[in-house]
Amino acid sequence: MHYRKFIRKVLMFLLTLPVFFFIFFPVLWLFSASLSTQVELFSVPIHWIPQHITFQNYADIIFPDQAVSSVPRTYAIALLNSIKIASSVTVICLIIGSFAAYALTRIPFGFNRTIQLGILATRMIPEVSLILPLFIIASSLQLINKPIVLIITYMSFALPYTIWLMAAYFQTVPIELEDAARLDGCSRLGILFRVVMPISVPGLISTAMFVFLLAWDEFFFALIFTSTLAAKTVPVAIAEFIGRYVVNVNGMMAGGILAAVPPVIIALIFQRYIVSGMTAGAVKG
Amino acid sequence: MAVNTKSLPKRQLTLRQQDARTAWLLLIPSLVVILGVTLWPVISTFILSFFNAPTGINQVRTFVGLENYTDMLRDQTFWDTIGRTLYFTVVSVGLELAIGLAVAQLIHSHPWGWQFLRISLIVPWAVPTIVNGAMWRWIYSADFGALNGLLMQLGLINHYIPWLSLPNMAMNLVIIADIWHTMPFVALVLQAALATLPEDLDEAAAVDGANAWQRFWRIRVPLLRPAILVALIVRTVDAFRVFDIVYIITAAGPAYKTLTITYLTYLNSFTFGKQGTGAALSFLISLFTIIMAFVYIRILYRPEDS
Repeated sequence: MHYRKFIRKVLMFLLTLPVFFFIFFPVLWLFSASLSTQVELFSVPIHWIPQHITFQNYADIIFPDQAVSSVPRTYAIALLNSIKIASSVTVICLIIGSFAAYALTRIPFGFNRTIQLGILATRMIPEVSLILPLFIIASSLQLINKPIVLIITYMSFALPYTIWLMAAYFQTVPIELEDAARLDGCSRLGILFRVVMPISVPGLISTAMFVFLLAWDEFFFALIFTSTLAAKTVPVAIAEFIGRYVVNVNGMMAGGILAAVPPVIIALIFQRYIVSGMTAGAVKG
Repeated sequence: MAVNTKSLPKRQLTLRQQDARTAWLLLIPSLVVILGVTLWPVISTFILSFFNAPTGINQVRTFVGLENYTDMLRDQTFWDTIGRTLYFTVVSVGLELAIGLAVAQLIHSHPWGWQFLRISLIVPWAVPTIVNGAMWRWIYSADFGALNGLLMQLGLINHYIPWLSLPNMAMNLVIIADIWHTMPFVALVLQAALATLPEDLDEAAAVDGANAWQRFWRIRVPLLRPAILVALIVRTVDAFRVFDIVYIITAAGPAYKTLTITYLTYLNSFTFGKQGTGAALSFLISLFTIIMAFVYIRILYRPEDS
């Protein structure tokens, strides 16, 4: 009966092929198109692999000269904006969010469960329900196009998420460690900084990764709160390639690859944290 | 995820008070932020939904009571949009669950390369939503798209088709793009859940003569129910508020055939200059979300867990 097992293995393997095709066909085509000239991209029948590989689409974005139109020229600025904003959101959320998560999981003060459930509920409130008042107040404070307005508003989804993930992580920290430190005369804050935080580094790393990816991905707030090319983040910059009259397809492809590379690499490096984070946080679909 | 209050020994009252003070101190920064960027805006939006609030300088808001809501409920566009949004939600979440479960089971049966398959799933998940949308927009392109190129080479079509201009196709094409991006999440969560199931149940059923198909549906799927429900709710909440991917692929076209509820809210608030209507619409989206959140909490906090 050994051969039946073998046939089963082969059949199962054959079933993975369409899945691999579905996963990789779009990205590989995107990559191939980003290396094509405009002429070759529009050729019929389709050139799956460009005959003349060009890096011009990337060069236009990374080293813009005067000849290029304003959208690719500012793409590098958008990349910097995105890095700046996503990192700031991550750092701020990690600090204040893990404080809150610790208080909620480990210091009983009577409202732990209520506040934790409240935070879970706010995590699910859609951005569109927050945008109008935030937009009105940001306009009146002249904060439109300032990175700070995105950093602050991104916390509406990033902070509850951080608290949620860190709370799940702190629950796995053995309470005996804290009790021992407490008996040694350590204060609550001392326990948090000297005992709990150091052993929660894996949790902090995986939470940081999720929050960074969420902030990198964010589109709606960035679309509303930025109007100048200099203030845009990467997702908005990519949408900008679809101009009113012309669409810069090659630029959009190269820009798309550049926007996708950082999160994909981060996710692949930290892949062993991803599934546990997904189940604990279950938020980024 | 119950907060464990019992395992802490009872201490003197002063110590408890000190603890409570520390807790609030640690919580205050987060609570202030959540109050400022979430609670206040939500309440404020709700209040705004009772006003006629045109956009622009020197525009005066007038209280109109429930008019924004009654106008909305009388408007055929609203109901069409709800219908389209529900169609998107049901079809994309349904297919994501079905494909995700199948892929999870496929990985679970450990064919050659299953580890590579599991890592591969991370790629579509990590690609930003807007890049995903842009990518599929060009795959569907009428002039040079990969879909046309592929179908042409396979001999299935003999001229390029403007896929995204076909009124009955556009929404389905957006759904395919959405599935590419979000199915991996479902597959990875369900695969992780499958890996934790006890194997002896499965083996016992096999001894009793249950075939692989029966074991999958009668044993594994019922045991996976909590994981499936969590994935279902998270994805439903997300899908119902879909915006980014529609914006980039079709911009609600052709002829508003892919207009979803969040998109309609966006148009009212920022293009048509009807903030009151936008606020009323976004309140409805919140309401749906809150109901789903409630269901979610009920599932996560079943009595036997606490």
